[in-house]
Amino acid sequence: MLRQRAIPPERIALDWNREAIHERVNPLGQTKESVFSQPEHALAALAGEGGIALVGHQSHWLHAWHEVCCVVPAGTSPVPNGELSGMAEKLVIIGNGMAPGRMLEHLLEETPGRYEVTIFNAEPRVNYDRIMLSPVLSGETDYEQIIIHGDGWYIKHGITLYKGHKIVAIDRVAKTVRSDRGITEPYDKLVIATGSVPVKLAVPGNNLPGVLTYRDLDDVNAMLLAAQSRAKAVAIGGGLLGLEAASGLNARGMEVTVLHLMPTLMERQLDAAAGYLLERAIEQRGIKVRTKANTRAILGADRVEGVALADGSVVPATLVVMAAGIKPNAELAKDAGLAVNRGILVDARLQTSDPYILALGECAEVGGHVYGLVAPLYEMAKVAAANLAGRETAGFVHSDTPTKLKVSGIDLFSIGDFADGEDREEIVLRDASAGIYKRVILKDNRIIGTVLFGETSDGAWFTGLKRKAANVAEMRESLIFGQAYQGGAAPGPMAAVAALPDDAEICGCNGVSKGKITGAIRAKGLSSLEDVRAHTKASASCGSCTGLVEQLMTLVLGGQYNPAAVQPVCGCTALGHDEVRRLIKAKGLKTISAVMQELEWKTSCGCAKCRPALNYYLVCDWPDEYADDYQSRFVNERVHANIQKDGTYSVVPRMWGGVTSAKELRAIADVVEKFEIPTVKVTGGQRIDMLGVRKEDLPAVWAELGKAGFVSGYAYARGLRTVKTCVGTDWCRFGTQDSTGLGIRIEKFMWGSWTPAKVKMAVSGCPRNCAEATCKDVGVICVDSGYEIHFAGAAGLDIKGTEVLGVVKTEDAALEHIVALVEMYREQGRYLERIYKWARRVGLDEIRRQIMGDTEKRKAYFDRFVFSQRFAQADPWAERVAGKDEHEFQPMAEIGLPVAAA
Amino acid sequence: MGVAANEGHPRERDPGRWIGIGSASDIPRRGARCVVTPRGRIAVFRTIENRYFAIEDRCPHKAGPLSQGIVHGRAVTCPLHNWVISLESGEAEGADEGSVGTFALKVEDGQLFISVEALAGRVA
Repeated sequence: MLRQRAIPPERIALDWNREAIHERVNPLGQTKESVFSQPEHALAALAGEGGIALVGHQSHWLHAWHEVCCVVPAGTSPVPNGELSGMAEKLVIIGNGMAPGRMLEHLLEETPGRYEVTIFNAEPRVNYDRIMLSPVLSGETDYEQIIIHGDGWYIKHGITLYKGHKIVAIDRVAKTVRSDRGITEPYDKLVIATGSVPVKLAVPGNNLPGVLTYRDLDDVNAMLLAAQSRAKAVAIGGGLLGLEAASGLNARGMEVTVLHLMPTLMERQLDAAAGYLLERAIEQRGIKVRTKANTRAILGADRVEGVALADGSVVPATLVVMAAGIKPNAELAKDAGLAVNRGILVDARLQTSDPYILALGECAEVGGHVYGLVAPLYEMAKVAAANLAGRETAGFVHSDTPTKLKVSGIDLFSIGDFADGEDREEIVLRDASAGIYKRVILKDNRIIGTVLFGETSDGAWFTGLKRKAANVAEMRESLIFGQAYQGGAAPGPMAAVAALPDDAEICGCNGVSKGKITGAIRAKGLSSLEDVRAHTKASASCGSCTGLVEQLMTLVLGGQYNPAAVQPVCGCTALGHDEVRRLIKAKGLKTISAVMQELEWKTSCGCAKCRPALNYYLVCDWPDEYADDYQSRFVNERVHANIQKDGTYSVVPRMWGGVTSAKELRAIADVVEKFEIPTVKVTGGQRIDMLGVRKEDLPAVWAELGKAGFVSGYAYARGLRTVKTCVGTDWCRFGTQDSTGLGIRIEKFMWGSWTPAKVKMAVSGCPRNCAEATCKDVGVICVDSGYEIHFAGAAGLDIKGTEVLGVVKTEDAALEHIVALVEMYREQGRYLERIYKWARRVGLDEIRRQIMGDTEKRKAYFDRFVFSQRFAQADPWAERVAGKDEHEFQPMAEIGLPVAAA
Repeated sequence: MGVAANEGHPRERDPGRWIGIGSASDIPRRGARCVVTPRGRIAVFRTIENRYFAIEDRCPHKAGPLSQGIVHGRAVTCPLHNWVISLESGEAEGADEGSVGTFALKVEDGQLFISVEALAGRVA
């Protein structure tokens, strides 16, 4: 059995140099050195020595160890059992989800050092916020953002975490657990937190490749991979998980169908009316919903091809996500002989039938209930920590938890019991045009259930009334209108939050009340959302209460807190990009100094972040009146070439649509030889790059290129870069339209325009898409019937397929729609924000509505772009050959050797 | 060392001989020009308040040409990796660490002069 005692850190060393582990341990005064080639060997040998474990304090060991990672704080060393007095008890935890993670936080706060903690996690990673997987799937956030405890946290607290180790057996007599990788670990106290497993429908074909469940990050990654095909997906199950999966896959460009066995969606949380509204809202997003759909089989030879239903119909799919429910993962406990019903049976203190073993989380069954929402699991974490700390508590008490759907744009709230009944009364409010439905169910003048759809800000208030079993007889008339209407006060935007009592629950996930949040803001002087999250945990899990928390901050801090200004342009101002853009137009500001003066910039002349942004906004908003400020442009745009690491420049002439000629190629060859340009390279945008040109040579290089008809390719610009094309109907046997011609036409129309960030385009002549148009900022796929316009793709730091804007019939229409789209982006985008990020912010539907659906708007955008081009389409190279900005290209003086050496 | 030239403000000590490098108006406001010397380039800056500074044209980070950066306040942002260098001290600002040499300048009758002594001693 391993124990720890403190010894001076310099007497322990362990090096991992990628090939071998060098261990130099001196726990008892004798020097000993060993070398191991594998972490497993080291662990086995150390265990055989009777109790030396690995000692370290550097985080890179964690990464190097990856699979087996064992961390003990520097300055401590394990020594054989019984040698020491005052030893820490050994706590082993099976599972590393949100419940045990929260339990450890409480335990470390209450009795730090009481336990030596070892965690076995079947997933090969740290503790992350599982309820945020849906936003990861839809692309609203990513894995890094949802990590709760990073590697550093485990090191800091001296916790040993085995990643990717599944416990296969518990020996309750010897009090040990054994992992699938052969690690045996003894315990004094054991906590089982194995969570739940997704229910896989027992139908033929349920194990075909392409059939997934939705439980952990691996499932999300598998779905993201499948979504790249942009093909058809089916989600089986119209509950929370199924709808979130469907929405995420839809956001990733898949065609999604939801199959639900029952007549209405989420029937366990919603009544039929709200279920219908939800179905309509889901279908408005382009997701098909089929209720009363009984899955009979999954079809496919080698992988999924479709889902067969009991009514004989078949839904084609290349990806099937089974989200038909979860069940507690109690197998391990059952095998160990613990009392198990649906879940592992525990008492109110979360004790199993074995006095040395606790269970908590989704795997546990307490008072006849099993749980899947985070709030009760966090409540269990509190109780379990108190139990382990040896403190008496009231124990775990069941309470209803509100349900919220994490699909952006759909507001839905439900709590309690909403079935009809003889002894019940209900109050209903419907507003069909606003898509609002509210229903409160009363029994003996007390709320027992609430369903809100479309407008959910009173959810916390109704939950509070229900929890307190408050008598609502006096406010029955106005109850359904919500809290703001009680007592006759005029409802303002903040009224609802202001009127909440201090004990109203704001954050359902973490059980944080209004009073706790406002108290912390006042007592600790918190001023940012991040601070409030860190100190109170409010809004730190699913984030659906963020708006409420921000309102509370405004309430307490008044004007000091402005949630809209959380992301200023830079340190020179408190304003964000959108406010600056709006104010430039509203106040008619037409110079950088006017902007800085009127908007109260904190610095004399800005910085390298805000000046280029302001310059762009002014160029875009006042094309005829604003004089472009070259001193506020990044060097590449100032000198119209790309700076390289050694201070030389690269030169990329425009090749319209990627088409060139012998004359052009000869001119390039001559220039390369004449100026001894060291590297010539073909770019990804179908042009030729000459690299390593001295700045002094640029005007002469441009002069030579200009003679052959070349103009600047703007390869340096936050502006239109290239329009890639394929050879289309000119040559290709599959081409449906003149893609080369359209590409050149677009490029000739739009060159010279400045945009918030670079814009790359492509035109493919058929859906085989040789010009790779579906990962561009704007792309066109020619089809027999016309032109499919795509936008918002990315193939850089992010990879993202495009969205379809719409299909138009003629080349003229294609050009008009593309120009209008780019102008809309020019007018709304934040500086350096690519089209795909702008589109995510503004909403695809809104963009389609304005460009495809609103002829007047589209024409206005088009006209403004055309006007702006009158001032933009002057070849900057020719201007500089003619002498513009001469000072840029010549040193102001040269000092000879004798003078300098004097 | 490195004293900024500012018309009407006598410098603290005379660094000796001066060499003319051109007219102050050759440099755009919030801009820079280069002076080529056998021992490397010097960047000469003009700020929004018409003060002039000369520093090595070589960022302490990866040797980027500071003369090509955006000039703001009395600092310049390197065009390669956005280090911000103080024109007054030559020190990197913010969390970055490093410095470049600075050179004494003076303006007389709209002409810029750089200290020969400083040139001989400082240009690396």
